[in-house]
Order: sequence, then C-alpha cells, then structure tokens
Amino acid sequence: MSPAVTPGTIPGPPAEPVDKPAKLTEWPLWEVFVRSKAGLDHKHCGSLHASDPQMAIQLARDVYTRRQEGTSVWVVRSDQITASDPGDKAAYFDPMADKVYRHPTFYELPKSLDHM
Amino acid sequence: MTQASIKISREPSVQYLLRLGDTCLIHAQRTAEWCGHAPLPEEDIALSNMALDLVGQARAVLTRAGQLEAQLGGAAHDEDQLAFLREERDFRNLTLAELPRGDFAMTMLRNFALATFFKLLWTKLERSSDAELAGIAGKALKEARYHQEHSGDWVVRLGDGTAESAARMKAALDSLWPYFAEIFESDAIDDEAAASGLGPRWAELAADWRTEFADVLGAAGLQLPADRPFRSTGKSGRHSEHLGYILAEMQHLQRAFPGGVW
Repeated sequence: MSPAVTPGTIPGPPAEPVDKPAKLTEWPLWEVFVRSKAGLDHKHCGSLHASDPQMAIQLARDVYTRRQEGTSVWVVRSDQITASDPGDKAAYFDPMADKVYRHPTFYELPKSLDHM
Repeated sequence: MTQASIKISREPSVQYLLRLGDTCLIHAQRTAEWCGHAPLPEEDIALSNMALDLVGQARAVLTRAGQLEAQLGGAAHDEDQLAFLREERDFRNLTLAELPRGDFAMTMLRNFALATFFKLLWTKLERSSDAELAGIAGKALKEARYHQEHSGDWVVRLGDGTAESAARMKAALDSLWPYFAEIFESDAIDDEAAASGLGPRWAELAADWRTEFADVLGAAGLQLPADRPFRSTGKSGRHSEHLGYILAEMQHLQRAFPGGVW
C-alpha cells in the first residue's frame, strides 16, 4: 500500500537517496598473484579492494609491482576461492607427518641426475 | 636572503622543450596533491606513482632544455635551476595543468586529456631529430599509455556510474573543456620545431586527440561540448592566478636556502 499524496501538498524527499552510493567496504576483495620473471610461478602477494577486474589489475600493478617486482599479474575475486577449513587442519594434514616413504629419498639417482 | 630568479633563453627550441617539461612538472605537482587524500589507498599509491612518472619526464626534458640553451650560447641552467628559480611568467606550461585539482572526477578527466595528448606527442617525439629527446620519448611513451588507460577507465566508470558520479564528471567536462583548446594552438615556436624536426606542431595532434577523447566520452555517456572562443595562454607565459601559489609552495625552500640539497 503506497502512501497517498493528498492533492495540493508537496511530497517530501524520499527517505533514502534514490542513487545511494555504495560504501567502499562493499567493493569486492581481490587476491593478487605476481610473477616475478618469465618461467617462475605467479605467487600470492596480497589483496586489495576494487570495483571491477580491470581496476583490480591496474591497482595491483600500482600497489604490488612498483619496485620492479613483476612481469605479470593475476587477480582473483577472493570470494571465488574455496579454502580448506582451519578446523580440519589436524585431520587433513597431520596424517602426512609420519609417511616418510612418500618422499622419493630412498632411490639412488644416477650421477647425471644428482641435482634433482 | 633569497635566491634571485634566472632568465631564460627565447630560442624557439628551448621554449618548445619548456612547454613540454613545464606541463609535466606542474601536472605532476597537481597530481601529487592527492597523496594522502585519494578516495582509496590503492588509488592514492597509483596517483603518486603517476605523479612521480611525470616528475621524471619533467626532469629529463628540463635537463635537455638547459643543454640546448647552453649550446645556443645561453647560460647552462640545470633542471633544478629551471624548476626552482624561474618566475611565473617564464613558465611555459599549459594553463590546464595548473588549474586546481578539483574533485576526483575533475582530476581524472584532466589526467585523461593530458595523458592522451602526451601519448600522441611522445609517439611523434620518438622520431625527433634530437636523439636525446627521442630517447626520453621512448621511455615516457610507455608511462603515458598507462596513465591514459588508468584515467580513461575512471572517466568511463564515473561518467557511466551513479547519478552523482555522472553529474560530477559532466561538471568536470564543462569546466575543463575551454582549457583543452590551448593544447592545440600552434605558433612560431611550433613552426620552428616542425622545421628543424625537433617535434611536431601540437596542432597536428588535435584530430587524433579528439577521436580518442570522444571515444572514451562516448563510453562514459558524455558528449563533446561545443567549442568556445576562449583561449588560455599558459604556453606563452600568461597564466591563471593559480600558478603563483604552486610556485610559492614548490620554490620556497630553494629560494630561502639557495642550493639546499637533501
């Protein structure tokens, strides 16, 4: 039921501005990955807020590569990353602690592969 | 005790370089004013980075202007003397660069207009008959390309954004538009530079600038305003009232403590 406007009266301003600007904190968070040089992996180096992918890439360039740290940048929306639950840490990762046989350290390597 | 001002050669090639170097320098000062005031920390760093790019360009171009001045029989002024010891009337920057920074929309629109112009100019200057200037252009062109992309995206984002951001971008366009015309006013100094191969007449860049500028305005939902007869005259040393305040702030240390260094 919309409030009726009596003829002859001037309706007041709407309670909320029609075009309420979004708060900065409502901009999505992005994770930034920088490759330091060709051939190396992109490494996670931090995060930032940006309104769109293009802005995220540019700001990542300005914030994380200004001292020649990078040759390539990836950004990923933080809410697109699925992470393991810290509460599962023991169940997930502790069982690996006593499985030394999973490390390939029991093989004799030929001399030519010594530095593998 | 204060440091006396220096006088600058009227040689056209020196004047041509001062127009370029001074526009970079004053534009850098205005851009750097956002340091600590930008709407978000990442943008604060981005604007400071860009201001420092412009300072670097100004240093290189002013250094070259001083060298040319010496070669042509004038005094050998270095970049610091040129930046800190000239009077307002001897600055040759575009009036556009010295206007107050305004709001974020105004800053981004000016940055976009100037970056687009600089990109076109540096592209031509890469083929300058002056090898030193051509070298400076090669490095500066990459920086200008990024500045154009960064500010152009903001022009679109704000122009095509909320009612408030669109209104601010429209207001910025209306107030800055009359000052864009000065960029492409050519005179005897430009003729001389074109004849010697030092650089293009700035008027030659007008058509390309207009196309690129209109494209981004179109994406932002804005239209080119009508041209007006008003012409600002910073390039010939007749400035708005704003430049004096910038110079007072920028020069007072060198004036009060001549030769002071870090």
